[in-house]
Amino acid sequence: MRVLLWAVLPYVSVVLLVGGTVWRWRYDRFGWTTRSSELYEKRLLRIASPLFHYGLIFVILGHVAGLVVPEGWMSALGVRESVYHAVSLYAGSLAGAAAVAGLAMLVYRRRTRGPVFSATTRNDKLMYVLLGASLLLGLAVTVVENGILGGYDYRTTVGPWFRGLFALRPDITLMEGIPLLYAFHTVIGMVLTALFPFTRLIHAFAAPWRYPFRPYLVYRSRTSGPRTRAERRGWEPIR
Amino acid sequence: MRVMAQLAMVMNLDKCIGCHTCSVTCKQAWTNRSGTEYVWFNNVETRPGQGYPRRYEDQDRWRGGWELDRRGRLRPRSGGRARRLLTIFSNPLMPSIGDYYEPWTYDYASLTTAPLGDDFPVARPHSLVSGERMKVEWSANWDDDLGGGPALAAADPVVEKIAQDVRLDYERVFMFYLPRICEHCLNPSCMAACPSGAIYKREEDGIVLVDQDRCRGWRMCVTGCPYKKVYFNHRTGKAEKCTFCYPRVEVGLPTVCSETCVGRLRYLGVLLYDADRVAEAAETEDDTALYEAQLGVFLDPEDPDVRAAARRDGVPDAWVRAARDSPVHALVNRFRVALPLHPEYRTMPMVWYIPPLSPVVDALRGTGHDAEDAGNLFGAIETLRIPVSYLAELFSAGDPEPVTRVLRRLAALRSYMRDRNLGDPADPAKAEAVGMTGRDMDDLYRLLALARYEERYVIPTQAEAEAAALEESVCPVGEDAGARPGPFGEASGRPERASVESFHALRDRQTGGALVHPADRKGRVNLLNWDGQGRPGGLFPHRPKKKKEGEE
Repeated sequence: MRVLLWAVLPYVSVVLLVGGTVWRWRYDRFGWTTRSSELYEKRLLRIASPLFHYGLIFVILGHVAGLVVPEGWMSALGVRESVYHAVSLYAGSLAGAAAVAGLAMLVYRRRTRGPVFSATTRNDKLMYVLLGASLLLGLAVTVVENGILGGYDYRTTVGPWFRGLFALRPDITLMEGIPLLYAFHTVIGMVLTALFPFTRLIHAFAAPWRYPFRPYLVYRSRTSGPRTRAERRGWEPIR
Repeated sequence: MRVMAQLAMVMNLDKCIGCHTCSVTCKQAWTNRSGTEYVWFNNVETRPGQGYPRRYEDQDRWRGGWELDRRGRLRPRSGGRARRLLTIFSNPLMPSIGDYYEPWTYDYASLTTAPLGDDFPVARPHSLVSGERMKVEWSANWDDDLGGGPALAAADPVVEKIAQDVRLDYERVFMFYLPRICEHCLNPSCMAACPSGAIYKREEDGIVLVDQDRCRGWRMCVTGCPYKKVYFNHRTGKAEKCTFCYPRVEVGLPTVCSETCVGRLRYLGVLLYDADRVAEAAETEDDTALYEAQLGVFLDPEDPDVRAAARRDGVPDAWVRAARDSPVHALVNRFRVALPLHPEYRTMPMVWYIPPLSPVVDALRGTGHDAEDAGNLFGAIETLRIPVSYLAELFSAGDPEPVTRVLRRLAALRSYMRDRNLGDPADPAKAEAVGMTGRDMDDLYRLLALARYEERYVIPTQAEAEAAALEESVCPVGEDAGARPGPFGEASGRPERASVESFHALRDRQTGGALVHPADRKGRVNLLNWDGQGRPGGLFPHRPKKKKEGEE
């Protein structure tokens, strides 16, 4: 069971994430969109959407700082454990709370506004459950374990395990005895990662990072340009 | 100078009777799908009126188009790149469905399935967005023919701009129709606003299109376009817009809206322009000088230098020929009777309008004067400030001069031709009074009144352009060109140029001795000898050798 959770599931989820994204890119570029419902309803979205998205961006940055950057590097930079703990607790809680509040408003809007609700698919609902669960658990971890219960240094257990995954040396012993909330949060996070490319979340991978660097006007030839799918065998154009 | 060709349109507003045939046929061709119920790539507005979507011309609210920043450089009015990315998570500057209208249908089944009774059954409207019953309160042409009266028309942003004293009683004075499609601008602000780079302008004909596979539904183009002619498909989550019926014009057919226009008021043709000067012209500081600046971007296809440059820049000869015959070129550049819609948006729009003289004629006739007399008409154009200032807000950023000049030309033409039709000698003074010659008058009359199908639509096909590119003379064999495979196998690397390939094919055929290359033989079958039974080897292209799993 432990092997399954801490050594198999991470790789399964990464394979699905990468494979699913490649599959989506090749076969469903048309479906790759934000699926915005702003046309139907704007007032709630105006507050909820930036709240959620900016909260989430800071949450992700926090995960990078906490999981990817080893504790040693941080102290080498002069960031003491107590400082890191305080920052992660307060900034993390704030970002998490913003994301949760934003998501709650978005889900409320989705349920109560007729047109928005009728544009919601089952896929969306499953995704909202997983996303909500992982955000709530993450917030609980930060507030309960790190705040009320006084602090749990995940940078000696979860962090090294996470980095070990990328070195292809998953050390499952590190994950023994981690608080239950952490375990749940991690597992749901991995499930969400696995489903990521198959849900509307995929629009995050379309983040327009090239926009600031391109000229305002785009010219393109009628005949060139990206093809949507490989030519069928025997139907290749004559070259 | 970088010569580019643009397919452009001119609409003669005097001829528009507001029948909406263009809108309906366009909708049947392009937007009769789920998700685009509310979308009209072509719509016809009654002016004065709010337009579709409601009050779209109020750029203080919607912030479409371009503005000049402090250093005098162009910037989308809704904000530059950084601002756009930081505010990407919600876009309050985008009209919601209520600003267009909530699309609806009727439960027609209730008409046929209602039980027998004393009351007539009615089909009640229900929303195509939510599916709920709804009250129909607005549509794409709710204020058609000034329906709704002064209350609605007073909210026209153009009316609001006109000076207070001129505004009184305008709705009793005049009314005209304004058909609108995407402007296929030279400097499109929808394109500038698109974070994904999905909107592009075609190099061959200047048509602005949305790449549906690259659009990610950020909706910034809807904000960017000041004409609100990019729409969000709420089912697919992608932006869609007028395509200038590119599948039709590529083969030389006019757009659906032009083809079906009962008033025959649309003209299609090629304009040549200098792509290097577009930005400079759009940066012209004075709003009212933008019309002249845009005229300065166009190139004269009669000029030998332009023709040489066109050939150098890959504009096919057939397109340059079409530009010389282009009715759009004639109306825009030669007679200067067509004006751009809202040049002050700085997008350099390419659907132009001949402003209507009919409000002036009608007003004049209403007073009992001779509405064909040039002197009377000239006087009326000067006196009737309301139509002129309204038209000026639409077509020349508020400067009455260009509109007055066009109306005077139309009035002179009217009077000049009446003399001719009544058997009087043509009066060249009437032509000269508006800076034209008798010959110009005849040509303009022919173009506006008589022009046949092939004179109104001068559309070179893409096939002509491609055929030119295939000619050996255009595409000579390079010194070291050979049918070498690229570094990763046969199909890799750059595709061979057509003439290079035919050169090698010809040499192989002459020296090979076989009818077909022996390696190809097993991949062919003579269908004349095939009895329809079974699958002789070579009926289908042979399957390539097994590849690794996942590789294609």
